[in-house]
Amino acid sequence: MASNAAAPFWRSAGMTYITYSNLCANLLRNCLKEPYKSDALSREKVHYTISKWENGKPQKPTIRSDTPEE
Amino acid sequence: MIQIPKPITLPHFKLAAKTTNNLSQRLQSPPTMFRRFLCRASTTTMRSWRRPFSTDLSAETSADSKFVEAWRKAIPNVEPPKTPSAFMATRPSTPSSIPSKLTVNFVLPYSSQLSAKEVDMVIIPATTGQMGVLPGHVATIAELKPGVLSVHEGNDTTKYFVSGGFAFVHANSFADIIAIEAVPLDRIDPNLVQKGLTDFTQKLSTASTDVEKAEAQIGVDVHSALNAALTG
Repeated sequence: MASNAAAPFWRSAGMTYITYSNLCANLLRNCLKEPYKSDALSREKVHYTISKWENGKPQKPTIRSDTPEE
Repeated sequence: MIQIPKPITLPHFKLAAKTTNNLSQRLQSPPTMFRRFLCRASTTTMRSWRRPFSTDLSAETSADSKFVEAWRKAIPNVEPPKTPSAFMATRPSTPSSIPSKLTVNFVLPYSSQLSAKEVDMVIIPATTGQMGVLPGHVATIAELKPGVLSVHEGNDTTKYFVSGGFAFVHANSFADIIAIEAVPLDRIDPNLVQKGLTDFTQKLSTASTDVEKAEAQIGVDVHSALNAALTG
């Protein structure tokens, strides 16, 4: 199968579409006026806990509160 | 998702003559063949209900009927399960005359900005350029780039700056626009845009690795699109 279109520059740099579109969305959110900017950034906050597993047992979980800034 | 067929109450051997329930009257095949052929929505009625002159539906129906035929041959006692296409609403047929309005669904991951709104035209910022979509537009899938989406209804125009996403235009003049982030233009702060533009232009000139260059280039693209949106 021949490639139909040249890959976009971010794809050839190793970035995936999801990373690219999330990056664009974050840049847009950082350019908003004040009440909307803090609303948008707080809406996108992600909180999760991670536990690494070793020898079939979960180790102590760590809580990550990831802000959307790069 | 295949629906698990309900167990058949008829015995599996030739006792069709002994069935006392009403099902015996619905047996279309002769009593020696105890295949039960129930007329349910999953089989013929669904297929015959589909509009006969939609040229774009033939592939779906033939795939379904082939499956049903093969099933009946292999397992005549059990009613064929519904295939996923039986659960899907049929694709709306292309109307013979072009509708007067375009119906737009504009959604974001966290909210629905426009839901089945009838408009005259939308101009979407596709990667191939600004694309105007009018009622009767050919079915299209377009990837969006950061830019301005404008919705024209009579004399009003509503503009949103879209960070990216996709737009699907269907043959029946329905348009689904899906964006990751979209804001009305008046919520954008011009000072932050200028600052971002100068920052990223500088980063672009000092970038060394491919990834840094790509990120800086993306920053420049987005901020210049924002700039153009605010001034244009």
